[in-house]
Formats: sequence, C-alpha cells, structure tokens
Amino acid sequence: MSVRAADHPGIQPKKTSYWGKLGKDILKNKWLYIMLIPGVIYFLVFKYLPMWGVIIAFEDYSPFLGPIKSAWKGLYWFQRFFSTKKWVDYLSNTLILSFMSIIFTFPAPIILALMLNEIRSIHYKKITQTLLYVPHFISIVIVVSITYVIFGAGGIIYKVTENLLGHSIDYLGDPKVFRWMIVGQSIWKETGWGTIIFLAALTNVDTQLYEAAMIDGANRAQRLWHITLPAIRSTIVLMLVLRMGSVLDTGYEHLILMSNALNRSVSQTLDVFVYQNGIKGGQYSYTTAVGLMKSVVSVIMVVSANKVAHALGEEGLY
Amino acid sequence: MAKDKKEITSVELNGKTVTVHAGPVGVYRTAGSVAFDIFNYLVIGLVAFTTVLPIIYIIFNSFATELELQTRPMFLIPNTWSVDAYKYIFASSKLLRAFGNSIFITACGTAINLFFTVTMAYPLSKKFLRGRKGLLNMVIISMFFSGGMIPGYIVVASWLGMRGTYWALLLPGAISAYNMMIVKNFFQGIPQDLEESASLDGCNDMGILWKIVLPLSLPVLATFGLFYAVGHWNSYFGAMIYLTDDKMYPLQLILRNIIVTAEAAAGDMSLMDPNFVEPPKESIKMAVIVVATVPIMCVYPFLQKYFVKGVMVGALKG
Repeated sequence: MSVRAADHPGIQPKKTSYWGKLGKDILKNKWLYIMLIPGVIYFLVFKYLPMWGVIIAFEDYSPFLGPIKSAWKGLYWFQRFFSTKKWVDYLSNTLILSFMSIIFTFPAPIILALMLNEIRSIHYKKITQTLLYVPHFISIVIVVSITYVIFGAGGIIYKVTENLLGHSIDYLGDPKVFRWMIVGQSIWKETGWGTIIFLAALTNVDTQLYEAAMIDGANRAQRLWHITLPAIRSTIVLMLVLRMGSVLDTGYEHLILMSNALNRSVSQTLDVFVYQNGIKGGQYSYTTAVGLMKSVVSVIMVVSANKVAHALGEEGLY
Repeated sequence: MAKDKKEITSVELNGKTVTVHAGPVGVYRTAGSVAFDIFNYLVIGLVAFTTVLPIIYIIFNSFATELELQTRPMFLIPNTWSVDAYKYIFASSKLLRAFGNSIFITACGTAINLFFTVTMAYPLSKKFLRGRKGLLNMVIISMFFSGGMIPGYIVVASWLGMRGTYWALLLPGAISAYNMMIVKNFFQGIPQDLEESASLDGCNDMGILWKIVLPLSLPVLATFGLFYAVGHWNSYFGAMIYLTDDKMYPLQLILRNIIVTAEAAAGDMSLMDPNFVEPPKESIKMAVIVVATVPIMCVYPFLQKYFVKGVMVGALKG
C-alpha cells in the first residue's frame, strides 16, 4: 500500500483523525447518536450545570446578576458559618441523628433477614415478606401523617401512654423523643425492604456447607456464626461503606415534615438548615457553601470507609 | 414439611448412624432448636403483623363516625360504620383536583422517564459506539457527586425558569442513572443476531429499538416504569418548592398541608356552600391517608414481584 501511495503523491495514506472517524461513525449510525441527544442534554443540564453552579458558594450570588456577574466573595460564607457558633448545634444534631440511625436502623434488616432465612415454610415466609415490604411503598408524607394521627394528641398511642404512665407524652413536640420518632419511622418504613439484599446474598450460600457442618456436629448457632454470617459479610460491609458516605445526610424530606417550633433545638440538622435558609430564606450563596462542605465530607467519608473495608480484607465499593 | 425431611444420605459417625436430611436444618432436632423455631415463627409473625397494623387501624378508623372517634377511648373496629369522610373528600373540589394532578404528574412523569431512560440506554448498550466510555463515565460520576440542594434548585427554578410549572417536577429526575445502567445492561444481553437480521431487512436503529428490542424488554420496562411511577406518586418535595399555584398541587402536598401543617381540609367548601358545616376532622385525615395510599396498594402485587426482581438485578450487577 505504501509503495502505491508513494507512486501517486496526490493520494495520501489513509490516516483519519479521531474526529474524522467519529464523523464517519455518526453518519453510519446516525439514529443511535440522535437517540443519545436527550439523555446527554439531561445529564449536562440537570447534573453537571448544578455542579458548576456550586461556584456561587464563593460569590455574593444575586439572581438578577447571575453566576458570572455576581461579586466574588472568596471564603466569606465558610468563615461566616463557622463564626455563628450555631454550626456546632447543626453538626451535632446531624451526627447524633445519623449515628443513632446507623446503630438502630442499620442492623435491623440484617437481623430480620437472618430470622427470615431460618423459616422453612415457604408460604409463611412469602406471607410475612409481603406484609413487611408494604411500608416501603408508602410515601414519607403518609408515614408522617399516620404518625400524627396515631401519636398526636387524641391518637391511640397518645391515649395508651396516658393511661399507662398517668401523664401524656408530647410525641410530636418533645425534643427528647424527636430522634426516637425519626429512627422509629425509618425502621418501620425500610427494615422489611432492606432484608431483600441480604436474603439475595444468603441464597448464594452453598447448602453443602451446611450439610458438612452438620456432619461435623455444628449446632444451629455455630452454623449461623461460621457459615451464614461470613456469607453476607461482604454485603454488610458494602452497605456500611455506602451508609458512611451519607453520614451527613439526614433525609431532609422526612425531617422537614417532622420538625416544628417545639423540637427545633434537635431537628435542625445541616440539611434542614440548608433548606430553611436557602430555599425558604433565599440565602443561596451561604447555604450552597454549607452544602459544599457537606459534599466534601461525604466524599472523604466514602473514601476512608472504603479504605477500612480494604484493610478488613473486603472488596468494598471500588 | 415433608419435602424438607427427605433423607439424602446416612453416614456412620462414632459408631452410630446419622441420617442427614435436605435443607439447612435437619440432623438433630434438639429441644433448643425446636424452641428457637417456635420463637422465630412467632416473632416474625408478630413483626409482620405490627408492620401493617397502623395501616389497618387507619383504614378501619376512617369508616368511624366523628362522634365515635372523639368519645370512644380506643378501638380498631368502629361500632357504627360511616362513609361521611369519603363523601366529604369526593365532594371537595380541592382534594379531587389534587388527586387528578397526581395522576397527571405520575402518567406524564413516567412516560418522560421511560423515554429518556430507553433512548439513552439503547445507544450506550452498543459496544462499538464511539465516545461510549466517556458518556458512561459521565453518568457514573453523576451518581457520586452532585451540586447539592441549592444549585439544583437555582438551575431549575431560576436559570431554566421552570418555577411554577409541572416541568420542574417532570424533567429534573427524568433519568435515574442507576436504573439507566441496569436497562443498558439488559439491552446488552439481547442477542445481536435478532437486531442484525432486522437491519438487513432495511430497519434503521430506531425501528430495531421499537420493533425488536422494546417488545423483548417489556418485563424490564414494567419494573422501571413502576419504580418511576411510585416515585412520582409519592413525592411532595418538588411540588412544595417549585409550584406556586395551589390548584396545581399533587395529593401528597395537600395531605401534608392538611395533616402536618393542619390546614383546613377544604378551604373552598366554606365559600361555595352556604350550609357549610365544620368538617369531621379526624376521620377526614384518616380517609385522605387511605385515598392517597389506595392506588399504591392496588398495584402492590405487581410492585412486589417486579421490585424485588429489580433490586436483585441491581444487587448482582452493581
């Protein structure tokens, strides 16, 4: 080929650039590329434009001037947040709620999955699972509404505690019970559903392992400890790594519904702060700065949790 | 169960013959093991029953008269059955309109979701497509990083000017990156021969997608259609922050306003009806909860089947 190309100086050996190849490919598969257009625009506009929009955390953003013309403020909003002293409250509210939820809501589906795994009647298992999955599909507004109707003044639980204790508990306003209510609602809503991923991992366990252990005389507790738990260990670690990444996320859609003037001292987490001062209060730059710090911490948490997982000999997230 | 008791092998152990049964439990049914089984069945049953109890309670109580709700201390089954609360709801233009709005948002939103998800997943399932790697990375990165609540809000509400329109509820979540990746993986599993033969018959890529790939993917589309639809039906936050006209509110937001912020159930009734009487508040709350949950419960059998499958697929591929 090269000889012939040299003989005819007018014809260069074909060496098309990447873009040339892409152009040819686009012509050949034009429908595939046309189909990509809506999705790519979607990701650029609704995912990447907001990432660029984080720039307003360093500006005094004004909706009239826009992100390019607004005045540059540097780290002003970050300094302002840490000078309010209230930030300690927001952070501690966030962390306490988050760790309470990790301690109580994280193990719940694991325990339930292990219990379901021990049930041998397929019908009984099916029926109970069907019932346990129901709350997952119920919206958070309805979960909170049911809570208001049942725990609010005049509600059935309110009356029962009044009769039992002799005095009533303000379930919806008392700051002392606020976190327990949130954790309780989360457990009710997601525990049953959370079992699916662990049950899926448990179906992969080789039944021969159990048979071998039985021949060796292992009792049920020993089989659970030495076969079942190691089988779901990597799933547990993976879920925990993911959970650690959202340690500063407190489920604002849920908290906003449950927070009120009485429980403000404990319901104000970083998320709720951003919602109330940002979307409701219009302090866009200030709250974007707080949100940015949250995101940075989340990334650090995922990376370090993943490191810990590797150190424990697990695959982790990546 | 007879099936579980099936003997699979007998072995000699320390001079005595041990029979091994199929299934995870079987050799020695010690008293402790039996006791554990009874305990386990009871606890699971109790947990499953308690999980749905609040919903059952709300359903029964929504048929009680307001008088009974006010005077009788606590009950599950009402003495006198009444449908006043439901009559009231279906006479309230506000609640009916909200119900209609929710149906509209769910239908349009799900259609948009499926269109965007499929049109993006199909080209990305073609390994020969140039730029595929880069686009996949773009999608994956967006799963781990986001601009946060406020930049996202500003982009939708201010830069795109979608505030006060349904577009703000329909477009920002048009593609779930996670769902799109699973659909893409499914498309990759469809045999290429089928598509090639259609291509020889003069079908372009759009035709192949419509006539061959989509009919083969109906179960997957049903799964993710339901995922998206439940998300739309259950969401209130987008409507709360983006919508300005309360005539456009979906049911979940109205429910929140009725119960959580204790707004009057139907403000417009008192103006329209000269014989307006104070609405039966408690029973209305319960009836609205029931009405907002019924559509989900109607599709629940399908939901359970497809959702569990969807979670399993995600768990295995992810």
